[in-house]
Amino acid sequence: MSSDNNDENRRDFLMVAAGSFTAVGGACALWPLIDQMNPDASAKALATVEVDLSPIKDGQAITIMWRGKPVFIRKRTADEIKEAKDVDVADLPDPQDDGDRVKNDEWLVLIGICTHLGCIPSGQKTGDNSGEYGGWFCPCHGSHYDTSGRIRKGPAPRNLEVPPYAFVTDTKIKIG
Amino acid sequence: MSDHSSSYEPSNGFTRWLDERLPIMRLMHGQFIDFPTPRNLNYLWTFGAILTFCLMVQIITGIILAMHYVPHGMHAWSSVEHIMRDVNWGDLIRYTHAVGASMFFLAAYIHMFRGLYYGSYKSPREILWILGVMIILCMIMTAFMGYSLVWGQMSFWAVTVITNLFTAIPVVGESITQWIWGGYSVGDPTLNRLLSLHYLFPFIIAALVGLHIWALHVVGSNNPVGVEAKTPKDSVSFFPFYVIKDGFAVIVFALLFAWFVFYAPNYLGHSDNFNEANPLQTPPHIVPEWYFLPFYAILRAIPDKLLGVIAMVAAICVLFVIPWLDTSKVRSTSYRPLYKPFFWLFVITCLALGYLGAKAPEGYYLLASQLFTAYYFIHFLVVMPLIGMIETPKQLPDSIAEDVLEDTSEAEKA
Ligand code: HEM
Ligand code: FES
Repeated sequence: MSSDNNDENRRDFLMVAAGSFTAVGGACALWPLIDQMNPDASAKALATVEVDLSPIKDGQAITIMWRGKPVFIRKRTADEIKEAKDVDVADLPDPQDDGDRVKNDEWLVLIGICTHLGCIPSGQKTGDNSGEYGGWFCPCHGSHYDTSGRIRKGPAPRNLEVPPYAFVTDTKIKIG
Repeated sequence: MSDHSSSYEPSNGFTRWLDERLPIMRLMHGQFIDFPTPRNLNYLWTFGAILTFCLMVQIITGIILAMHYVPHGMHAWSSVEHIMRDVNWGDLIRYTHAVGASMFFLAAYIHMFRGLYYGSYKSPREILWILGVMIILCMIMTAFMGYSLVWGQMSFWAVTVITNLFTAIPVVGESITQWIWGGYSVGDPTLNRLLSLHYLFPFIIAALVGLHIWALHVVGSNNPVGVEAKTPKDSVSFFPFYVIKDGFAVIVFALLFAWFVFYAPNYLGHSDNFNEANPLQTPPHIVPEWYFLPFYAILRAIPDKLLGVIAMVAAICVLFVIPWLDTSKVRSTSYRPLYKPFFWLFVITCLALGYLGAKAPEGYYLLASQLFTAYYFIHFLVVMPLIGMIETPKQLPDSIAEDVLEDTSEAEKA
């Protein structure tokens, strides 16, 4: 009787072991099939760009491409900097100090993609609609960003993202 | 219905030989010749045949387009222009495919409203209905992916906006979106996989259609009166009666289809899609194709990103559960005096959302989309369960035959 019981336990163990092996093996085989869709080596290779800031004048902005995304670089005027600093951060939808978004008050560097659904906000050129807060305006569903690229009004949930960058010299930055 | 005895008689030596080995002719005979079908079906019941026609048109023209199309960010746009200008009959084939997508949705929406009006989703047709909802979901994904292949401004920005919906998912949203893109933005890898899947999905749809018809043939068609066929007097055989009626309807539908292809091939499109995709410039108004407008209106009606996405997905997925939300035992809305005005209110709601989806979401337009979005859900979640409980339906006829013959005797008197 007891040996019968033993047999049964042994069979149960074998079933569970075989089942788990198949499940784990199946999952391992599945992973390459899924992971192949992730950004590949060539996409990752394009990861850094250097930008010369010297030609940009006060109040002017340029757009460059980094990882297939537009990056906005704006040389802010004293007024724009003041406006960005004077805001009561607690009232913002995504509270963040202007100081935490720049490395040098004059230079604002942002990923130019609306955090709602990925359109490109207008406001880079003079004469563009730059929204109610003087920064950028996203025409797709009406998001307004301020002179620090923070979301102030509209459906976008977050501030325009700041990409990783560093000043290589006083007039040159490296993004990525 | 599926168990009626077969009247198939193999007519020659070959078919007799085949019948003993693979009774496929017997199966076809039973399902599409002899099949007993309610005798009172109106023209709204021809849209199933029309949809089958549409699917065939899309698959045939699509396979041909894929012979000339290049899924590469640098070449996609010019390969479409090449189809339009150089390929023999290329413009005809592309316009047929593009207009065909609109025609497909037109037919599918009529088919669905037919089901809603006549209660075709109710027991015992729940699985049949659910398969239908799965088909419309696959159609939506297929058409979205197909539109993106053109790689015009509207294509590109539609892909950008729609794939960005996934970033609304907390924590893993960003990684999922990059996984879908195969990069850090919509680009070449994205276009390639969109073609791969756009080619696959119609065949998934074809398989679902097979199951849909199988499920239909187990329980049989519903009909405008909504009482089940009981005696042989209630039904006629599928051939010749409904083969002729469906065939006639397909021809009339094909006339409308041809009118668009030959006289207004771009009427349903958007002029921004005549510009090549530019990842640095968003068009001032992003509008989807007309058949997505109601869902787009729902997305934008809600000012919160995640909730907007949830509402849009829920707008379709709520259809999966309506067989259990509708508490009325009576199928046909013609016999439901209290429900009837609400049904038409729902139709108006869908049309209004379609109109609002093309307008900027501001001011009164935004308010109106919010009201209609609210009714869209109230209709299913409140009206359907509640009215079924309090309504006194009209007297149903005992049988289809009684209803039809009563009509004729009245007609004779008049
Ligand atoms: C469920 C059926 C289908 C639907 C709803 C559908 C929908 C669409 C739509 C809306 C477009 C864009 C039309 C335009 O403006 O040019 C398109 C393009 C395309 N489709 Fe389909 N399609 C279907 C089936 C197929 C199949 C079966 C194939 C291939 C096997 C295919 C291959 C293509 C190709 C290569 C294009 C790009 C060329 C073009 O712009 O015309 N489609 N499809
Ligand atoms: S994408 Fe910018 S507001 Fe929607």
